[in-house]
Amino acid sequence: MKDLVRKVTEAFGPSGAEDAVREVIRKEVQPYVDEIRVDALGNLIAHKKGNGGKKVILDGHMDEIGLMVTRIDDDGFLRFGTIGGVNPFTSLAQRVYFGNGTVGVIGSERVDEPKDLKMEKLFIDIGAKDRKEAEAKVRVGDSCAFLQPFVDMGDRIVAKAMDDRVACAAIIETLKGLTTNHDIYAVFATQEEVGLRGARAAAFGIEPDVGIALDVTPTGDTPKGRSANVSLGKGAAIKVMDRSIICHPALKNYMVKIAEEKGIKHQLEVLEMGGTDAGAIQMTRAGIPAGVISIPCRYVHSPCEMVDMNDYENCVKLTKALCESPLTF
Amino acid sequence: MSSLSFNAKEFLKKASMAHGLSGFEFMSAASVAEEAMAGLVDEVRRDTLGNVIGVRKGEGVESRPKIMLAGHMDEIGLMVTKIEERGFLKFTQIGGVDPRILPGHEVIVYGKRPLTGLIGVKPPHLTPSDEANKAEKMEDLAIDLGMPEEEVRDLVKPGDVVTFKRQVTELMGDVLSGKSMDDRAGVAVILVAMDELRKYRCQADVFAIATVQEETGLKGAALSAYSVEPDIGIAIDVCHAETPGVPEWRTACLGKGPAIATGANIHPKVYAALDKAAKDLGIPVQPEPAPAATGTDAWAIQMSREGVATGLISIPLRYMHTSVETLSVGDVEKAGRILAAFIASVDAAFVKELTTWS
Amino acid sequence: MELRELATLPGVAGNEKEVRDAIMKELATMGVQFETDVLGNVVARKGNTGPKVLVDAHMDEVGLMIVYIEKNGFLRFAAVGVPASVLLSKRVYIGKDKVPGVIGAKAIHLQQPKERETVIPVDQIFIDTGAKSKEEAEKKVKVGDYAVFDTEYEELSPGVVKSKALDDRVGCMLLFEVLKEEWEGIRLHAVFATQEEIGTRGARISSYRVGPDMGIALEGTICADIPLADKDSYATRLGGGAVVSVMDRSSIPNRSMVDQLVKLARDNSIPFQFREATSGGNDAGAIQAARAGCPVASLSVPCRYIHTPFAVMSQNDFDAAKALLIAFLKSVEGGFRP
Repeated sequence: MKDLVRKVTEAFGPSGAEDAVREVIRKEVQPYVDEIRVDALGNLIAHKKGNGGKKVILDGHMDEIGLMVTRIDDDGFLRFGTIGGVNPFTSLAQRVYFGNGTVGVIGSERVDEPKDLKMEKLFIDIGAKDRKEAEAKVRVGDSCAFLQPFVDMGDRIVAKAMDDRVACAAIIETLKGLTTNHDIYAVFATQEEVGLRGARAAAFGIEPDVGIALDVTPTGDTPKGRSANVSLGKGAAIKVMDRSIICHPALKNYMVKIAEEKGIKHQLEVLEMGGTDAGAIQMTRAGIPAGVISIPCRYVHSPCEMVDMNDYENCVKLTKALCESPLTF
Repeated sequence: MSSLSFNAKEFLKKASMAHGLSGFEFMSAASVAEEAMAGLVDEVRRDTLGNVIGVRKGEGVESRPKIMLAGHMDEIGLMVTKIEERGFLKFTQIGGVDPRILPGHEVIVYGKRPLTGLIGVKPPHLTPSDEANKAEKMEDLAIDLGMPEEEVRDLVKPGDVVTFKRQVTELMGDVLSGKSMDDRAGVAVILVAMDELRKYRCQADVFAIATVQEETGLKGAALSAYSVEPDIGIAIDVCHAETPGVPEWRTACLGKGPAIATGANIHPKVYAALDKAAKDLGIPVQPEPAPAATGTDAWAIQMSREGVATGLISIPLRYMHTSVETLSVGDVEKAGRILAAFIASVDAAFVKELTTWS
Repeated sequence: MELRELATLPGVAGNEKEVRDAIMKELATMGVQFETDVLGNVVARKGNTGPKVLVDAHMDEVGLMIVYIEKNGFLRFAAVGVPASVLLSKRVYIGKDKVPGVIGAKAIHLQQPKERETVIPVDQIFIDTGAKSKEEAEKKVKVGDYAVFDTEYEELSPGVVKSKALDDRVGCMLLFEVLKEEWEGIRLHAVFATQEEIGTRGARISSYRVGPDMGIALEGTICADIPLADKDSYATRLGGGAVVSVMDRSSIPNRSMVDQLVKLARDNSIPFQFREATSGGNDAGAIQAARAGCPVASLSVPCRYIHTPFAVMSQNDFDAAKALLIAFLKSVEGGFRP
């Protein structure tokens, strides 16, 4: 299971530039579904045909946060805009990489007080000596992602883009050996980090009966951290609410019921900020009951996101159990 | 005053004390709306997210104009996020709650059963003078159930919802004060209108909707507009009424009639027809100039599919988003009468003209 | 139709009537089919086969709305897209009767020196129409009326133009240029949209209605190549050519459409530049989100000082944008797909 997570997290795919990760996911999911298509916003939609059951979307987003080059200066430094929620403290002195493999380092203008550190003061250094040398390697409009290797710590694993590749992996695992009457649409969505854009379009096109998104959620179990009910190792998190959605209460209760019936370790999650694709899926057409299975994750939106494999496995178990249940609530 | 068989005041009292946080309107608010609506429309149903939709067929021939009315039945409140040691509950808000109303407020925690909770603070004796002026942040407050921790953990879970415990107060004249007047007053206006409509000939099909989740993103209105596909959508919400400390030019007046909005969110012809309906009835109204978003269901309805011609009627309300929201019942009744007259005035020709904005 | 006429007409978001009427008149003269909708958009169509291409520009401009009339006749207003810092000591005209008004400022003699350091917020300034009482004011203006800046259209130097509302009347002019051409391999939908400045409202519903295969938003975009700005933050430069966006808060343009625009510019020696800021948003975001989604790009004319009483543009940049847009659409006719 870890290998699949490593493979998908290491793939390149900032919002709007998901081609590379899409191909990695396509290859991995292909054996378990009946048909695959790519829609107008680049969503990968993998369809496992059902037999008289409900139309279900399982959604995970392929895109990761990153930076887009907006200007190359005369000395070969790159200025950029942020793609998704990137903050200067987790960017400074990090390494980034572009789709063509070019690596860069993030440096900063002079900043005397930490509170003065802003994204506008940062730049990317790809080691070019001048504009010409830089332009041979990158163009304005190219995006880059943070560069960090996957680390296996045993129960826990660390990578960039756990948000939300770990969920993409979980969906693929769910599809392996899945037997159900429901019509399953695994949506590997684009551009979630910039506004749930891919999922909104995909859900409109599919018109599901139920939507379940999988995403990571921050934990409250680090020293003097923000209070949250979710902890690493305490199981699949069933979301009650975040800024984008109040999960359909009947569906949420059903998810808890299935988890209890199957003896799947789980915890309840109320997130005071942040959102997921479920918010967009719920708002499709005349309204869809939507819920979220969250993978507890430390250090979200940093290049070192950490999850617990036991939680991961429980999320897969719960997703599978739901797909194999009547989904009547 | 007309003879209404629907009693707006009694409905407002009942609706105010019903419970239905955004996303959880099915608690009791939805049935209060449904029961009241049942006698006034041909059929009532609930959609996927819980909007209560009452349908009243019009008299016209096929392709009758379709008018959607939206008053949101959801209220703001709180949600349990965590159970701390000794059984205190941490919480967050559902919708925009001013944390300053919380210290000293009683609440109801909907665990396995409704439980009375208290949001308490340190006594003044233990509060240094330089702290006395600082408002407590929501993340620092806690709900006290007065029970041992194991009992709390048995009865309450993260995600359980919490409403304000508040009875309606009848103030002087026809002034009522209570929680959730924003926007059960809007639902009341719709019911008054449906009652009044019985006096008129009416071509249009009317969809009277008590919407959900307005406070958390105008969601119910967007979804119900999508399924109803109305030609016209009228939202009924509340607007600020005079308040000590707030400049006069920013507020409407209690008891001087509803406000009818103008601006980009409002189709000029719908505004003109609402205004005319008020004038014909001899009911004075107040202006509500809105240059951009009105912050109401009208904003979402206007954007449905290929666009909807929208209007907004607002009931002047003091102390919005507290549990002592204060309004005049007379304003609600007047708004309902104007709305009914407007609905009756809509015919196919009026709808056709709407593709010309002005 | 001349830019001078179109840019001078008043049309604050939600009140685009005069602009819309002039546009419809011009389209009728050109013999182009068009329709209006319940948000006041005008959608012109040309071409019967091929992919549906939506090209959009917005008719609305930033301005003011009268929200209250004081007992002594002064008018309170809300700013629709205009920052408070540019309001003092300006002239406006109000409503369809174009009632003149001035936005006064406290005489300097009556100010404390410290006061001059802060921008006066909108709720402390007023429009003065000369009325001495509410009753007198109400004879000419009413709450809900809109006001625009009384800015004269002027050519500052050959090819350099000053006017209000260049954002986005220049985009509307580009649409006319496109509609002058014949189109066979695309189904062109030229949308003159309303209410962009308050949330890309017109574009949202016109895009839903059209259901395009791809979309391009045309804008008069930010251009801050002035001494007040940091050299690194100009965003675009006057005279630098047609502006191609790489990303903003409302959309990430489709990469192959961006690459195609760049390629066509280079192949045809059309001056172009990238929009170097990622702030702001435009109708492309609304077009991209319509129904099951479609790829979009944004093409703009750099305009200094947008969202203030005047803006400045260069005819050369306009010509470059026109040439690039037409080249792009022709390439779609010729088979280009994102």
